[in-house]
Amino acid sequence: MKTFIGIDLGSTTTKAIVLDSDETVLGRGITNSRSNYGIAVDVAKQEAFLDARFFLFRKLLQDLPGLGGLLDEFLASLEQDFRLQQHLDQLGDLERTCIESAGDDRLGGDGPETRELLSELFRQLQEEAPKLFAPGSSRKSDFFRDIAGSQYANVSKSVVEDSKISFEAMLNIYDRSIIDVENRISTDADETKFMSALDRTCKRSNSFSNLTNELRAPLKTVLDTEFEETYVCGTGYGRATLPFSKEHIRSEILCHGLGAHIMHPKTATVLDIGGQDTKAIQVDPHGIVESFQMNDRCAAGCGRYLGYIADEMNLGLHELGPMAMKSTRKVRINSTCTVFAGAELRDRLSMGEKREDIVSGLHRAIILRAMSILSRSGGIRDQFTFTGGVAKNEAAVAVLKELAYENYGEVTMNVNPDSIYTGALGAATFAQRTIVH
Amino acid sequence: MNTAATNAGDVQKEESMLLQKAMINANYDALATAHEEGKKISSTFVPGNLNELLMCFDLVRNLPEINALQAGMRKLSGGYIMEAERSGHSEDVCTYVKTDLGMMSKGQVGPSGKPLPTPDVLLLSYTGCFTFMKWFELVRDEYDCETAMLHVPYQADGKITDNMRDFVVMQLKEHVIPTLERVSGVKFDIDRLREYLAESARAEDDLVWVLQSAKNRPSPIDAYFGAIYYCGPIFSAFRGTTETTAYYEALRREVEERLEKGLGPVTPEGLLDEERIRLVVEGPPNWTHFRDFWKMFYDEGVVVVASSYTKVGGVYDFGFRHDPDHPLETLADYCLGCYTNHSLPSRVDMLCNYMDEYEADGFLVNSIKSCNSFSAGQLLMLREIEKRTGKPAGFIETDLVDPRYFSPANVNNRLESYFQMIEQKKLRPEDRSAA
Repeated sequence: MKTFIGIDLGSTTTKAIVLDSDETVLGRGITNSRSNYGIAVDVAKQEAFLDARFFLFRKLLQDLPGLGGLLDEFLASLEQDFRLQQHLDQLGDLERTCIESAGDDRLGGDGPETRELLSELFRQLQEEAPKLFAPGSSRKSDFFRDIAGSQYANVSKSVVEDSKISFEAMLNIYDRSIIDVENRISTDADETKFMSALDRTCKRSNSFSNLTNELRAPLKTVLDTEFEETYVCGTGYGRATLPFSKEHIRSEILCHGLGAHIMHPKTATVLDIGGQDTKAIQVDPHGIVESFQMNDRCAAGCGRYLGYIADEMNLGLHELGPMAMKSTRKVRINSTCTVFAGAELRDRLSMGEKREDIVSGLHRAIILRAMSILSRSGGIRDQFTFTGGVAKNEAAVAVLKELAYENYGEVTMNVNPDSIYTGALGAATFAQRTIVH
Repeated sequence: MNTAATNAGDVQKEESMLLQKAMINANYDALATAHEEGKKISSTFVPGNLNELLMCFDLVRNLPEINALQAGMRKLSGGYIMEAERSGHSEDVCTYVKTDLGMMSKGQVGPSGKPLPTPDVLLLSYTGCFTFMKWFELVRDEYDCETAMLHVPYQADGKITDNMRDFVVMQLKEHVIPTLERVSGVKFDIDRLREYLAESARAEDDLVWVLQSAKNRPSPIDAYFGAIYYCGPIFSAFRGTTETTAYYEALRREVEERLEKGLGPVTPEGLLDEERIRLVVEGPPNWTHFRDFWKMFYDEGVVVVASSYTKVGGVYDFGFRHDPDHPLETLADYCLGCYTNHSLPSRVDMLCNYMDEYEADGFLVNSIKSCNSFSAGQLLMLREIEKRTGKPAGFIETDLVDPRYFSPANVNNRLESYFQMIEQKKLRPEDRSAA
């Protein structure tokens, strides 16, 4: 099967989109951008191909009479089981790596005793894992590094009690090992993981258990489908480091413009707030960029700012938006400087301001900066599409809507649930059109 | 083509560049020994400079802006700026000013490594940059030297009136010339001025021919990065000298030769093979990373075919030439007509004209972080030019000589996006989204 791939190597996350020859999105993949960009690209691509298999499987199952109205439930359950299996495999890898690292004196652990503690720690992590992927569960992050890191730290505290091994030594071992684990690509066959996830799903639910054999055949068909990487285009902050030749690289501006147009064909203005860039782009009715403006010299008011605030408040990035939405009072924050924000935050807290009001004020500060960039690019035109990681933040979206209305009147504002993939979608579309057109 | 013989990896230089380098070094030598040889030194600014007049008084000419940009290119400006900031000048002050002040504080050693003695007179022809006044106030305060101020009326309505010209001539007669006579001890000789002006006009003809050669495809010159060198002699201490006339003759021959052969501009890495994009650029370049900045353009086959910066010292391409028959009036017209003295609407007209005449694919502004005089209004100019020409416009921000404000990755990121946007817009509509 011919596929066209778009990679968006951002400063925080790396995204991949797989298209077929008809520009249909087959799959999306995302991972954290790590020290090794090449690996980040491979992991994002691998994730997108996995997602593509789920997509194809869904298509094949649509006509399976036995599933009736349970298709969505079945696939959600299958994916949870698949992700659990993936997580357990990575935990296994992490355990082996940590045990190897435990022999390194510089990390502050004592070989045999540390290994014993690690075995106990990982036993508990394996035990807790199914809860993380159970239906209705919520996770602060979808990335293995974050999930495993947070659990590891929590469990370490209890396992080192009454031991001469320090908590810091355990964390040192983790920090050393996670880099190696992250920079390895899983070579396990997808088929094994898919089949084991299918077994798990079917065993758990009576509705599916009697369909196991009927489900195996289409899944096998999907797993046997070979994806040909017909053309790849890369974009994003790290595009220069992508292992592609120059003609396979497109600027973020072009990709976000086209990606937004593909998602919302009436888009005229695009605002993208990513990790370290804020871009305001004006596009023509075909998604071709007419003009753009970006933040200069300083990443004040970009996604990293929110990340920094989340760290300062010991919150997950995902929790900032919901907290800001609880605000009942406007607090004016003037600094969009990421470094000053921490000082401003502590100062406000000491003055007795509520956390939610401060966080809401911080959201407003970054959107005000984005408004300035938007006005420099020519303002907001109808329709207005908001993309990038920050578009997932409901408080940022709410302030942007309010300010867009105040400054430009009624405009349709699009925020796509997959907005984080806008750049990758644009890149994939360029890849597809390079060959097909 | 007469390019200097180079080893592998060396920067390619044309003969004219070597000639210019020799002129600049000779001037720094002359400045270093001026006082020992009983000569007086004048300091003056590039826009609307009165070099021919200063030559009439045997003054050795020092141009602080040129010193600052030379210091920037030679990686000296960062230290001078820090020195000036230590003396209390804020981060937002023009970095040419801070480089100059820092250089003074650090012992008055010029960019060539030779002493840069205290000037005897400051000739301030005010042509649109208000910072110049504050700059020379600070220099005067430091050296307690005489200042001759020439007020040049701003071309608010886009034209030079008789009253404006008369006002400048009156100041030349009643204030500037008497001051220069007093400081130098040399009597003003108007015939000597006529001779210099005639020499200037000859060089100006050749310069205009060279700059307008960019109307050809491919352009044999880069009218920004390359033309900055071409403008050096005429905008600084050399206009009106026979060496300058010879320099422009040599330059013209080089460009003629390239034009005949259908060759593109010479970059530091040799001849540009393929001209993919033609640009008009507004604003000065960055000097601290000049070659890196240029490389971002020529690596993508981008050639600048016209620029406003190469007109800051004087606008010649709409017909002005120094006129020996009307010596003081022509000096007035020169000052009144330099680019910095033009209003925003006339700058827009001029740039739109360039876009059209030079068949440019896009318009780019390099806005200078520490230049309060000229950064204001640039975005409005950009919008207007974009609207009138229908060509894509781009905006980047760097600085003149503060190395802290040139972020190569960010500038390159924006330029790359802009160049791809231009290429996409150049395609047929049906092919655009596949580009």
